[in-house]
Amino acid sequence: MSNYLRSDLNDTICALATPEGIGAIGVIRISGSNAIELVNNVFKGKNLTQQASHTAHFGRIIENSNTENIKVIDEVLATIFVAPKSYTGENTVEISCHGSAYIQQQILQTLIKQGARSAKPGEFTMRAFLNKKLDLTQAEAVADLIASNSEASHQTAMTQMRGGFSSQILDLRERLVNFASLIELELDFGEEDVEFASRPQLKDLVQNILNLVQSLLQSFKYGNAIKNGIPTVIVGKPNAGKSTLLNALINDERAIVSSIAGTTRDTIEETFIIDGILFRLIDTAGIRKNTNDAIETIGIERTFESINKASIVIYLFDASTTTSAELETELNTLVKNQAVIIPVANKIDLLNEANKTQIIDSFNNINSLYKPLYVSTLQKENLAQLNQKLIDIVRGDEVKNDVIITNMRHYEALLNTSNALQDVLTGMDLQQTGDLLAFDIRKAIFHLGEIVGDITTDDLLENIFSKFCIGK
Amino acid sequence: MLGKYDIIVVGAGHAGCEAAAAAANMGSKVLLITMDMNKIAQMSCNPAMGGVAKGQIVREIDALGGYSGIVTDNSAIQFRLLNRSKGPAMYSPRAQSDRMLFSQYWREHLEQIPNVDFWQDMVSGLLIENGKLVGVKTGMGMNIYSKAVVLTNGTFLNGIIHIGQKQFGGGRIGEKSASGITEQLISLGFESGRMKTGTPPRVDGRTLNYEAMEIQEGDENPGKFSYTNTKPLTNQRPCWITYTNEKVHDILRTGFDDSPMYAGRIKGLGPRYCPSIEDKINRFAERNRHQIFVEPEGWNTVEIYVNGFSTSLPDEIQLKAMRLIPGFENAKMFRPGYAIEYDYFPPTQLKLTLETHLMENLYFAGQINGTTGYEEAACQGLMAGINAHLKIEEKEEFILKRSEAYIGVLIDDLVNKGTDEPYRMFTSRAEYRILLRQDNADIRLTEIGNKIGLASNERLENVKLKIEHTNEIVKHFKKTSVTPDEINPLLEEYNTTPIPQNYKLMQIVTRPQLDIHILKDKVESIGNFLNKYNEDEILQGEILMKYEGYLEKEQLMVEKMNRLENVNINEDFDFTSIHNLSSEARQKLNKQKPRTLGQAARISGISPSDISVLMIHLGR
Repeated sequence: MSNYLRSDLNDTICALATPEGIGAIGVIRISGSNAIELVNNVFKGKNLTQQASHTAHFGRIIENSNTENIKVIDEVLATIFVAPKSYTGENTVEISCHGSAYIQQQILQTLIKQGARSAKPGEFTMRAFLNKKLDLTQAEAVADLIASNSEASHQTAMTQMRGGFSSQILDLRERLVNFASLIELELDFGEEDVEFASRPQLKDLVQNILNLVQSLLQSFKYGNAIKNGIPTVIVGKPNAGKSTLLNALINDERAIVSSIAGTTRDTIEETFIIDGILFRLIDTAGIRKNTNDAIETIGIERTFESINKASIVIYLFDASTTTSAELETELNTLVKNQAVIIPVANKIDLLNEANKTQIIDSFNNINSLYKPLYVSTLQKENLAQLNQKLIDIVRGDEVKNDVIITNMRHYEALLNTSNALQDVLTGMDLQQTGDLLAFDIRKAIFHLGEIVGDITTDDLLENIFSKFCIGK
Repeated sequence: MLGKYDIIVVGAGHAGCEAAAAAANMGSKVLLITMDMNKIAQMSCNPAMGGVAKGQIVREIDALGGYSGIVTDNSAIQFRLLNRSKGPAMYSPRAQSDRMLFSQYWREHLEQIPNVDFWQDMVSGLLIENGKLVGVKTGMGMNIYSKAVVLTNGTFLNGIIHIGQKQFGGGRIGEKSASGITEQLISLGFESGRMKTGTPPRVDGRTLNYEAMEIQEGDENPGKFSYTNTKPLTNQRPCWITYTNEKVHDILRTGFDDSPMYAGRIKGLGPRYCPSIEDKINRFAERNRHQIFVEPEGWNTVEIYVNGFSTSLPDEIQLKAMRLIPGFENAKMFRPGYAIEYDYFPPTQLKLTLETHLMENLYFAGQINGTTGYEEAACQGLMAGINAHLKIEEKEEFILKRSEAYIGVLIDDLVNKGTDEPYRMFTSRAEYRILLRQDNADIRLTEIGNKIGLASNERLENVKLKIEHTNEIVKHFKKTSVTPDEINPLLEEYNTTPIPQNYKLMQIVTRPQLDIHILKDKVESIGNFLNKYNEDEILQGEILMKYEGYLEKEQLMVEKMNRLENVNINEDFDFTSIHNLSSEARQKLNKQKPRTLGQAARISGISPSDISVLMIHLGR
């Protein structure tokens, strides 16, 4: 059965409305009866639900709105269109955000967490048509477009299916079909002379599938990074040489993709490529303790935010003025984050040859996992080592995840699959009957079907007939 | 000699009988033509009705005003509700029937319908004048006129029976096959194919040793199929279970060279879920035994149906192998098992009303559409009979949605997906299994069955009362509280957490460890309240409460789906004019002519992008 059939035409959908890639701004469109409410949940500014149609409002898109740990994703302009006066004829919000792919993905992810769904190709237009906002002539003009869109996405999907992406996803499909067959087998063939899997066996199976789904979900973070650049932060005290390092890295490579305004006013984002891997380098305000300056405090908070979002943190320090005790304290603070930490000792050219070895030994002895690299940003000494280290870190991750989820729709489908499987597990714990377990497993199948193509009841029956001797 | 009829039904099996009865009860003048008046409603294979998914279908037929449920109740010798531990959506009624009584009761019902006439003859072709269907031609050379024809030919069209190397023409063993219809339909442009099915040997019950088998009794409190006042069984006959073994398999293997299946003499595809014993030992060689159900054919007969031993191996091998099964050491055979091959017409050539696209007023029902099973046949007959009547009366067609009935799922599957092996219903085929239960077929269908003039007013009144009473029960449980003193001892007894303060009954009955009958029997106030309701209403109330969340979720899915189901497509819509569609989609859509966008989406080979293109071209 078609995915369209089973997907909700009444729910709220979201998608990037401007072309993917880097531009000055990007527009994310959200449409559906809950669109305004949903955006309002993650919008810091005026209450959008109380604003008139066709008005624009400045505010911030935030993550984790209901915890103390509020994170600002971006400063945006939200334009409200109240149904039926919108392109789709439904309540619509258009969020104008900064043109970074990373920010756009973050906003979309936040909206999906709030209950929105990624729009399918042409879905905004389809809704516009269903709500009689487009007449037939107009609709015919977009029909071509939609057909070609699907063709392209089909091609992409096929290409992905053939490539390395396929093996784990297909393995997942097979496991899910097997599991679903076991449940359906019990239901439709309960009277047959077949051995049925025990509940603990079934539970193990779901748990295995769930683990697989979750590892794929985790790979999204990395996959997304590959696509949008590895967020890399340089931190360190003022005058440690951060800006020099930044320039050195960029100039060395001469492969600047762009230099754009970042998420916040006081962090600068640069992108550069080493060995085909895109890094987004985020320079930060220096970390200085005991400051009473309110504005600087905000800047430092932002620095810590950047560190939270980063995959790699380069901690730069002045080898000539830093003591090993100081370094130890700083590292202990930083390692609480999930990011990989690279301590980099700068200004080795300033070290006195006589006690150089001694100083280096003292740094090296702090923690064998965090032996610093020794560079001179000014003299461009040993920078190649840093480049190599950055690549090694990314490649090292890659080996651990041979399947990488990069597509937002895949991510969403896997997330829904995972939720449905959780429901199956809960149902088993509550000793729910097979008919209800089957309901949740069907939901899981449906969502996985959005990635791998439909799994039909014929697939399940096929599997049952090929594996079990059925028939009186 | 014969007058003019509204509708001629060809064949008097499960499909033909329901078709004739439905059309006649709605007011059409019907002629039922069968090759043998003594074979009306024969159970050609298993003497049983219902089972998983099939039992639900019989309940639906009954709710709409068909006879299969009533006939089954009256002829039953054993009743069991299958799948009791798997949840209400899976409860499946099944009955062993007295084969002869089943046929007799059906004939009696038909004879009591004044609008049904009978004629014993073989239909050899359709009467077509100026390209229009006007009746049928018979083997005796008669032309009989009618406005519509329902073909329910079962396995009779060019039927060939195989036993080992022997093969001969026949529609069932000992009965002639029918020819002429397939050839004519092909000349009219229809596609046809071959299918295969089989049946096990029948044996003499006096020669079996039941001591060597396990007994399988009917339910202690047997239920029934019909929502009318048929009587549940007070007395039942048991079945028995025994097993094949390696020795049996070894003997069977000696016949493989002579098997019509393995020698390639049979071309048609057989049902995978109803394999022959030789198929089972061949495909599942690691299994050293297979289950055999020993089923009596009636109250007053020694004839036994050997369920699980379907075979087309040479008859002497059948007997030799069977005698190695525990309990069958001295078995005498009444007749051997056999395989039969017959013509069918891929059902993608049909509309959802079961009328053919190619020939107006011609309807197909049952095995001719590639299905297997009495229940599957009967419900198609019912729907074809209803729709043939509505068509000639120029009334709106009667189509059941996938969300309304298993019957809807079955016909929608056939018409949109087609089938290349005999199609049997499974609950897994239904998207909305939790809504399509055997306990609520009347609530789902009787009102619409009454609206078209089939289900009686009395049936409708009964359903209304059931709904009213069920609602009363739910309301009571939602508003009435129970005190810890009253309920905690019971909760402890059933290992569920005691309540700290007053709780609503609803919060108690929904606990998985409890059911409404425990509460009814053990809590006096609940027992007193429920006393005024019948078993059916109490069960219904319990399901509505226990499954409230899931029922709502599934209902939500239905509503989502209906948004596409409600986008209608005109019958004369020209799909070839839409260039954005793939050429495969254009061809398929133009041939199968889906009537809604939802239906179009289910046709195999139609992609989601085809559907969005269609949606945009269609408007609403």
